[in-house]
Parts: sequence; structure tokens; C-alpha cells
Amino acid sequence: MIFSGDINAASLARDGRREFYGMAALCLPSFILVFILLILPIGWLFWMSLFNADGAFSAENYVRLFDSTYTSTLVTTFQVGFLVTVISVVLGYPLAYMLSQLPPRLAGLCTIFVVLPFWTSTLVRTYAWMLLLQRKGIINSALISLGLIADPIRMVNNMTGTVIGMVHIMLPFLVLPLYGVMKSISPDYVRAAANLGAGPTRAFWTIFLPQSLPGLTAGMLLVFVLCLGFYVTPALLGGGRVIMWSMMIDSSIRLYANWGAASALGVALLVMTFCVLWLVNRLFGLKRLYGESR
Amino acid sequence: MELRCDRLWLYLLGGAILVFLAAPSVVVAVTSFSDSQFLTFPPETWSLRWYHAYADSIEWRAATFTSLKVAFLTTLIATPAGTAAAYSLRMLGTRFSGAVQAIYTMPMVVPVILIGISLFFMFARIGLNTTVTGVVLAHSMLAVPFVVITVGSGLANYDFAQETAARSLGAYRLKAFLTITLPQIRVPVITGALFAFLTSFDEVIVAIFISGGDSETLPRRMFTALREQIDPTIAAISTCLIIITGGILLAVQAFGFSGKRSRS
Amino acid sequence: MQIETKSLAEVPSPPPGGDRGKPMSQRTGDMRSQPLTIKNVAKAYGQLKVLDDVNLDVGSGEFLTLLGASGSGKTTLLMVIAGFARPDSGAVMVGGTDIVRTPAHKRNMGMVFQSYALFPHMNVAANVGYPLRLRGAGRVEIADRVARALDLVQLGHLGERRIDQLSGGQRQRIALARAIVFEPRILLMDEPLSALDKKLREHMQIEIRRLHEKLGMTTIYVTHDQREALTMSDRIAIMDRGRIVQIDEPRRLYERPASRFVADFIGESSFLPIIVEAGIARFGDLVLKTGGRLDTAPRQLLVLRPEKLEILGSEQAPGLNVLSGILTELIYQGESFLCQIALGEGHTVVVRGPTRRDTLAGLPELGGSMRLGLHPEDTVLVPDA
Repeated sequence: MIFSGDINAASLARDGRREFYGMAALCLPSFILVFILLILPIGWLFWMSLFNADGAFSAENYVRLFDSTYTSTLVTTFQVGFLVTVISVVLGYPLAYMLSQLPPRLAGLCTIFVVLPFWTSTLVRTYAWMLLLQRKGIINSALISLGLIADPIRMVNNMTGTVIGMVHIMLPFLVLPLYGVMKSISPDYVRAAANLGAGPTRAFWTIFLPQSLPGLTAGMLLVFVLCLGFYVTPALLGGGRVIMWSMMIDSSIRLYANWGAASALGVALLVMTFCVLWLVNRLFGLKRLYGESR
Repeated sequence: MELRCDRLWLYLLGGAILVFLAAPSVVVAVTSFSDSQFLTFPPETWSLRWYHAYADSIEWRAATFTSLKVAFLTTLIATPAGTAAAYSLRMLGTRFSGAVQAIYTMPMVVPVILIGISLFFMFARIGLNTTVTGVVLAHSMLAVPFVVITVGSGLANYDFAQETAARSLGAYRLKAFLTITLPQIRVPVITGALFAFLTSFDEVIVAIFISGGDSETLPRRMFTALREQIDPTIAAISTCLIIITGGILLAVQAFGFSGKRSRS
Repeated sequence: MQIETKSLAEVPSPPPGGDRGKPMSQRTGDMRSQPLTIKNVAKAYGQLKVLDDVNLDVGSGEFLTLLGASGSGKTTLLMVIAGFARPDSGAVMVGGTDIVRTPAHKRNMGMVFQSYALFPHMNVAANVGYPLRLRGAGRVEIADRVARALDLVQLGHLGERRIDQLSGGQRQRIALARAIVFEPRILLMDEPLSALDKKLREHMQIEIRRLHEKLGMTTIYVTHDQREALTMSDRIAIMDRGRIVQIDEPRRLYERPASRFVADFIGESSFLPIIVEAGIARFGDLVLKTGGRLDTAPRQLLVLRPEKLEILGSEQAPGLNVLSGILTELIYQGESFLCQIALGEGHTVVVRGPTRRDTLAGLPELGGSMRLGLHPEDTVLVPDA
């Protein structure tokens, strides 16, 4: 037989590999960017966290994380993260629900109000809250002139201001994915529930809410994880009274030039972040699984 | 009737939350036209005093110029790099995209403070701190994922048979991409580019660590100024930033609409 | 519709390379079509063999259809020919040259896609002119040839239209015009009519067929629609699980399927088990009269097409094989009716008859007995695999 089964096989395989590598090479510029400017320096930081001030290999930096200064920061960070997440859900869920129920044109218009802050500089928005919340700020003067309070309330340079500012910044992170999930819930489900005899309230609690839960959970975890690493808003609105994890990292370097401590703090933050994200991924993965079996 | 009552509450609540989201920007914009050193709302007397202060300050002008330059260069790097990656991911299919996509999401999920200090540390060794090059590279890294995502979603909606058709008609791959695919994904590409620009233009934390001196960006300078005292000039600058952001989003929206219209 | 098959010799084939020396614009209708040979082409994704040692010869100017269910490998084979899928091994020969490693854009094959893949950012004329611009043709030549290609698909007046202003049928024709305007040596079509409604589809089938006769271009056509394949093709290759299971002219394919799969895939069939002993084929006690040569395999299947069975009255039918059974179901379908008849021992056959008054009147009540006649020439046996 002249033509064996392997005719051209070797050269075709070579062509295939060449095309594959050529195509993969298109990823290279962006991949190099991320590798050299993100993975490499963070890896370096991680490596550094394993050495003490004398340059000896030790777990010293990690043991120190259990000092009361660090643990209290950790507690503050989690407190803020928890508060911001809860308030974001309380405000974000009704907003997302309303957007999903509006006619598309109006919903699009309202979405701009969510997207615009999302892309506006964090700094600008934090500054706006400084104006609004300060001692002689707009809110205090309004409340005083309405006669509701006699003396200005302290809303800035403390936890209150930090949480308000952060909720404002985090809300779009919750609302946008949640709105996406809610929009994909077919109104037929609720109609079917009504057809089977459920009132609007009951249909919402038993049909709509459960289906929106995956989006809500993912959004909550995302908000929480972003809070853990937040820097600008607590630094400006906390007035030095709310010390969060990221500020601890910053001051370890700026004030004490202690790279070992800073990198250990950083690694801990990264690990927490990845744990939560892993959870998000699992939840969304789970949701996909449901979607297929349905 | 009961249903409509329920809905009314919902609309009132939703509307109030929208106001909460929008109000700060509005307040900043309005107060920036105040004539007084102490910003009150609404201003008692109106003037462009703080805009003049912004325009007359050499330092603010320099920082603004630096930011624009950095954002422009970032867009120039991140857009082609991200577009190429999105195309490659689409062509390679699902075999690798899981792992590779994880790499592209990293710049978005790793806490920025960490990126800031680790870059500061690394740049210190190679002399890139306080250089425009350093900031541009860092911002490009941060912006690439936005381009990959927007272009990627554009490619997901694109009928690749068109590129295949172009190749069957005699166009080599790059030519087919440039003459057929690119014109049709121009909306996501431009959107991605605008997002890359915004990402860089608004970026504070990394800039706090690695920019400075000649490479000090506008957000970094604002942050430093805000830590010391509330300078009313910042209200004017903030208003300008809000307008730029709004303008870019409007442009994105407009491109999106024109894209949709030509497709239908 | 009466299907007329045409032997390959009748299809006009242009003199090979006769007017190759002339500039493209001076060549007329008969395009330089070329024969295509596929040798031992194989492709697998892991364990799954998408193409399993495929061999195929397509004559110059022939209209060959690849017919199969989805996942049978027909589209992959077309993509291998076009150069958009790379086989693991094998050769694709066009006019005696192996082009399996030639990049798609250098293969010079016109292709019509299922989604048409017209470029929405170009108007009709720009779409059709695209391959000519790529080949560096001059402005005047492009305009001239685009006009002729559009005339050929009877849309000469639509050159300035945007793609989104066209109807489905018009898009289909434009896609066709774009695929033939550069006079490719082979035309490939991937389910080009599947997006059209039934009426338009049938109209386009005839039109494409007519165009093929006019241009005489070697054409490979992929479809899952058997009627479409029967209507249009010189020959049909039936594919299943990456293999070509039978390749024949439409009429032979329908009348003489070589396997149970083909008989099942093309048209409707009932099957009855047949025992062959000493050159005699039996269904139970009935000895079958067969038309052609009888295969010696002991166990075979009788292929019964519903319309080949004749409903008999009480009269004698000497030349026919006669089956009798009980009418169990009658389905009225407008121009014809279907009867299901139980032959005993769990065997059933389906018979189709015209809804003429006399035929309908001759039918028994449900549960009544019926006699069916089958002509020896229509007595087709396939191996019982």
C-alpha cells in the first residue's frame, strides 16, 4: 500500500503545533506585563516575609501578626468589612430588584446612576463625603438648621464616616452583578407562581429571592473581600482612628521601614482574599451546575 | 391595587438609594463654584475662583499633564496587548482559558495596596520609582484585564465564520483580522481602550507608592493634599474629573448604541 | 418530484487548464474546475474519531453531497478540504497536488457558510468584490466581475444595498456570488440553505443546481437534509461516525441501500428478518422472489419502503411477493395516508398510499386483514448487522 495511514502525519502535527504556539504567543505581551509587574514582585514580597530583620530564615514575621496591635487591626478590618457588606446588601438588594423590574429603557437610565459612581475616582467620591460629613459640613448644617440637633454630630474621622464612604463605593460592586442575575430570572417563574396561587409577596420570597441568592452571595463576598484591602477611604475618612489592614501595611513601610512585617501582613491579606474568592468561584460554579441540570 | 402599593414603596426606596449614589458628585460639582474658603452648600456666593486657582497652579497643572500622559500611554500599551490576548483566548478555546483567565483576573482581585508596595520594592531595585515609565507599566498591567474582558465579550458575540470566510476568499490571517474582524469589534475595542484610560487616570494607590516628583499623578497629589487640609481647589479638580469620567462613559454608551444599530 | 440522475459522463467538464493563460476577466462561464481526491484522512479529538480514514474521489465538475447527521464528520471533512481544520494524517489532492498543508487563503476554494458570513460593514458590491481586491484586481475589472456575479444570482440591482437590508434568500445568493466571483477551482457549501424556510429552500435548491450546470464547478455540498441531497446531487456520500458508509447516485442510494443504516437514514423503512439458505431467501414460511443477485449471508434484512408496497384486494398477484397482516393504525396525511400493519410475531410494516377515493374505499376497518404486494425488483436485502 502506497498511502499508509500515517501519510503527512508528522508534518501536519508540526503545522498544528506551530499554529498553536503562534496563537498562544499573542497572549505573551499582556502575560509578561502581569507576570513581571504582579506575580514576580508579590512572589518576592512573599519570599521576604520569611526572613527576620537580621536576614535569617524565620517565621518571626508571621508570629508577630498575633501581637495585639495587629490583631486589633484585624478585628477593625473585619468589623468594617462586615458592616459595609451588610449595609450594602440592605441598600443594594432593593435597588437591584427595582432595576430588574423597571421597563428596559428606564432601567438603562437608572443603571447610569450606578455605573457613573462605579467609574468615578474613589478619591473624588471620598472627598465628596468629607465635604458632606465634616463638622461644618452640609449634613450637619442642614440638620442644625432644621432644628433636629443642637450640636454637630461627629461623622468624619471615625468609623461612621469610613463605613458611609465605603458603602457608597462598594454598592455598585454588589448591585451590578446582582442586577445581572435578577434580569436573567424569567418573569414566567413569578407568573407561574401567581398562576398556582401565590400572592406577590409570597411569590417573591419563595420564587424570586431563592433564584437571586447565588448573585447576592457572590456580590456580598466580593464586597467583603474588597473591603479587606481598602486603603484610600479609611485613610481619609477614618482620620487615623480607624486603622485597617492595608494602612498597617503602609505604615510598616513608611514609618518603620519594616519590610518583613509589611510583607507578612500582605501575604495574610492575599491569602484571605484568595480564600474568599475561591468561595465565590465555588458558589458560581455551583450555580452553573444547577443551570445544567435544570 | 395592593401590587401597585408595594411597587410604589420599592420605587421610593430605590430612588432614594440612587440619590445616595449620585448626590456626592452633585454636591462636589455645586460647591466647586463657591466663592468662599469654607465650602458651604449651597454656596452663598458663586465664582470660578477655585477653577482659576487650579488653572494657575503650576503644580496642579503639572500633575494633570502627567496623569493625562500616563493614561494615554497606558491606553496605547494595554489596548493592543489586551485585544491580542482576548483574540488568542478565543481561538485557543476552553482548553487553557481557565488557567490563563485566572492570570488576567489577578490584577483586579489582588489588593491594590499589595501591588503598590511590591512594585515600590521591586522598582527601588531597578530604578523605576518616580519615573513615568514605571507608572505607565504598572497602570498597563492594571488596565489589561479590562481590555481582555470587554474585547473578549465582543468576540464572544462575533460570528467567527466571517473571518473564516475572509480567509477562504484569499485573505491571510492578519489581513482577515484587520479588514473583517477588527472593524466589527471596534466598539468593544474602543470601550476597552476608554476603560484602560479611566483605570490609569483615576488610579491612586499604586501611584502613591511609585510616582512622585516629575511623575506625580493628579490623584496622588490630590491624596497628599487631602491628608493635610481640605483645599477647595480640589473641589474644582474633582468636578473636572467627574466630567471627564461622565464624558468617557457617555462616549462608551454612544459607541455601544451605534454599534448595536449597525448590527441589527 | 421525479429525480433524474445523471451519469458523470454527461456533466460537461471544461478542458483542463484550457484558458489558464488568459487574464481572469476574459474567462467565461466554464470555470477551471478540478477533481478532488481525499486519501486516508483521519482526525481524532482524544479517543473520539471525527474522521476515520476517509477516502473520496470527486470528479471534475461533479456535484457531490456529504450527507449525515450532526456529529457524523461531514462538516469537519468540508473544513479539512477548505483548510480550516487540520487532519491528523492523510492527503487532500486537487488536480494531482497535495494541498493538505496549504494555508486556507491560498487554496482558491469558494465557500458558502451556513450563516452566510457576509461582512455587515461592507455593502453587497464590496462583499462580492472582496476576494477580487485581495487578488489585486483593478477597479474596473472588479466592478465588471462583481456585476456579472450578481447577475448570475439574479441580484444585479442590489450592489449598493447594505447587508442588513437583504432578505434571507438574498443574503444566500450574495454569499454564493461572493464564493464564485473569483472563479475558484472548487466550491464548498456548508448547509447553505438551512436558515431558509421550506418554500425558499426548495426554490434555491433548483437554482443552485442550475447554476452548477451553467458553471460546471466541482462542488462539495454538506447537508443533513436527505431530500435536499437527493434533489441536487450527482452523487451522495453518506457519513456516519467519521466514515463514508455509502457513496452513490441519488437514485441508486435510495433504491439500493447497502446497509440498514443507509436504508434507515434515507427515506422511511420497515425491516423484516430474512433467512437465506441454499440460495433461497425466506421470511418465515414465505419464499421471496428477488430481483438481483442474492448475497450468501445467512441472516439478512428485507428493506420495505412504505410507498413500494402495493395494497392488494382479493385478486391473485402472481409476479409479486405477498405479505398479509392486520391493519392496526391508519393515519391520514393529506396527499397520502399511512397504514401500520401487524404481520405477526411482533413484525410490523408501514405502507403509504395515495388518498384517492378508490384506494381509501378498499381499506378494511381497523383490525381487518390486508394483503400487500412487493415487486421482486423492489425486494432489497441488506446485511443484518
